Amino acid sequence: MTQSLALLGTEAASSSEGPAPGTRSFWRRLRAQKAAMAAGSVIALLVLTALAAPLLTALAGQDPNAYHPEAVDSAAGGVPLGSFGGIGAEHWLGVEPGTGRDLFARIVYGARVSLGVALFATLVQLAIGITLGLAAALGGRWTDQIVSRFTDVNVALPLMVLALALLAIVPQSVPRPVLIALVMGLVGWSGVSKLVRAQALALKHADHVEAARLSGWSTWRIARRELLPSLAAPIITYAALMVPSNISVEAALSFLGVGIKPPTPSWGQMITEADTWYQTAPTYLLIPAGLLFVTVLSLTVFGEGVRLALDPRARTRVLRAGKGSAA
Amino acid sequence: MTGFLLRRIAGALFVLFALSIVVYAIFYVAPGDVARIACGPRCSTAQVDQVREQLRLGDPVYVQYWHFLQGIVAGRDYSTGTALAHCDAPCLGFSYQTDQQVTQLILAKLPVTASLVFGAFVLWIVIGVGTGVLSVWRRGRLSERVLTWLTLTGTATPVFVIGLLLIIVFCSTLAWLPFPQYVPFTEDPEQWMWNLLLPWFALALLESAKYARLTRSSMLETLADDHVRTFRAFGVSEGAILRRHALRGAVAPVIALSALDFGTMFGGAVLTESLFGIPGLARELVEAVKVVDLPVVVGLVMVIGFFVVLANTVADVLYAVADRRVVLA
Repeated sequence: MTQSLALLGTEAASSSEGPAPGTRSFWRRLRAQKAAMAAGSVIALLVLTALAAPLLTALAGQDPNAYHPEAVDSAAGGVPLGSFGGIGAEHWLGVEPGTGRDLFARIVYGARVSLGVALFATLVQLAIGITLGLAAALGGRWTDQIVSRFTDVNVALPLMVLALALLAIVPQSVPRPVLIALVMGLVGWSGVSKLVRAQALALKHADHVEAARLSGWSTWRIARRELLPSLAAPIITYAALMVPSNISVEAALSFLGVGIKPPTPSWGQMITEADTWYQTAPTYLLIPAGLLFVTVLSLTVFGEGVRLALDPRARTRVLRAGKGSAA
Repeated sequence: MTGFLLRRIAGALFVLFALSIVVYAIFYVAPGDVARIACGPRCSTAQVDQVREQLRLGDPVYVQYWHFLQGIVAGRDYSTGTALAHCDAPCLGFSYQTDQQVTQLILAKLPVTASLVFGAFVLWIVIGVGTGVLSVWRRGRLSERVLTWLTLTGTATPVFVIGLLLIIVFCSTLAWLPFPQYVPFTEDPEQWMWNLLLPWFALALLESAKYARLTRSSMLETLADDHVRTFRAFGVSEGAILRRHALRGAVAPVIALSALDFGTMFGGAVLTESLFGIPGLARELVEAVKVVDLPVVVGLVMVIGFFVVLANTVADVLYAVADRRVVLA
């Protein structure tokens, strides 16, 4: 007991200076960062676009899967007619070479796939990672050993490699976007699980947790009511950076031809197809590649902003090191 | 130190063992007719039965796994249809679709991937650490902000976008370089280099962003230490502080991360290999996945996992050697 009391003392001391900001100060600190706010608006715009995809395509009067042979020059091998890949009032972002499908409609529906798959995959990763991390930290010694070794095995297999390999054997009848998100979720949880385990172990003996245990709460209730609220900040920070990496992975899988299958539009898939057209129709490559870049960059910048807003000390460290730079 | 080493090696072996169980379970206990999948679509019913016999798929799972493990440790026999072939240890299986031993297939691809990883490794360390040091040296100025944004851009750009742009600019528009086509080093070292130049850069630009950020944050952390303040008070010049003290703080994390990345890249350069048509391990995996060549997929996943576990262990040991503050527990 004396030992745990001593621990209580140190935990209390360290948690008083630790990152435990209120929601209001979090928003204030986030709003103070111009880059993060700019990135946030780009993301908001993308999410709105994805949600309103049917509306936007109806407005443009286009269908993502309708062929427009009249918009391409079949004599020249299917090069879009008109300048800049056929950009104009009819086709806002031009048309796909070869088939003449409307690029704007495909891009907008592609945003749905890209963001949807990445978000769903992140949720699956969080669910598995948090559950396993908490189990390792709160369960017995053997549970911890088994879960930790299992996590090591997961770490040993690069995400792309395992996702690729799993895609070879999973049932093909499930809708492709759901399947991709599930596979990504099943292979990419080790980071969350390690983070949650470490944080939960550090908090296990904090006074409020000890108090809950002494009141006879079940382990599950302690995890839910006492640990998870304190773990929210590091988990959110980590998750904010998981989304852009999941977007890249989905695009990469589709780029390799094992992700989203045609005719469902996906940015990664468009980039692969554009590979053969870049000399005659460069916009067909530049538009999805540029959007992918902007999306991943915005999400990364926003994630960094969230991290700084949740952990004010991260910024102070940089400032302290900056002393002497004037010399 | 010896005890620490032994514990790390034992831990690594255990993870490898667990890895083999998990991988075997995922792929061979999968629903569906494993023999049919492994044999490929062109196999006759008789051939499928033969495969089922060889992989002992009729036996309980642990017996199947035992024979698989035995193959890795001691080798096993496979029938190629006409003759009986002995597959030497470490035998990772037999690809019924290409009539090849998986181990031979992987060994043939290994130098290709090694060529890619070695060159990119040198580049990403030089570019990454260089950028990191430069951004610390110029901290608080405009050039630092530019560098920070450049590295952020680097982390946010998918490698296939960087790679495609490099190909378009250097091979197509400027026509300075040939379209990458792998030439073995033993055949023509000069062509080997010219053809790998773009893949090296594509991979290195992406990786170096990570190293720039790591170098920068480790150096800044050291600079914030009290002992550095003391040095400044004694009038040690800023350059000397950066060179002798701050950079030293970045050595251990950079070494540890490079060991880790070096191992991961052996299977992780999936996109770079596919985009540039480099016939390495990762590209073989993509091809095997597309035709569902199960034994090849399993063999490759195991070998790639092996490299990562090896890299993890080496990284841990190097970190302990480079940073004497680490308690060897």
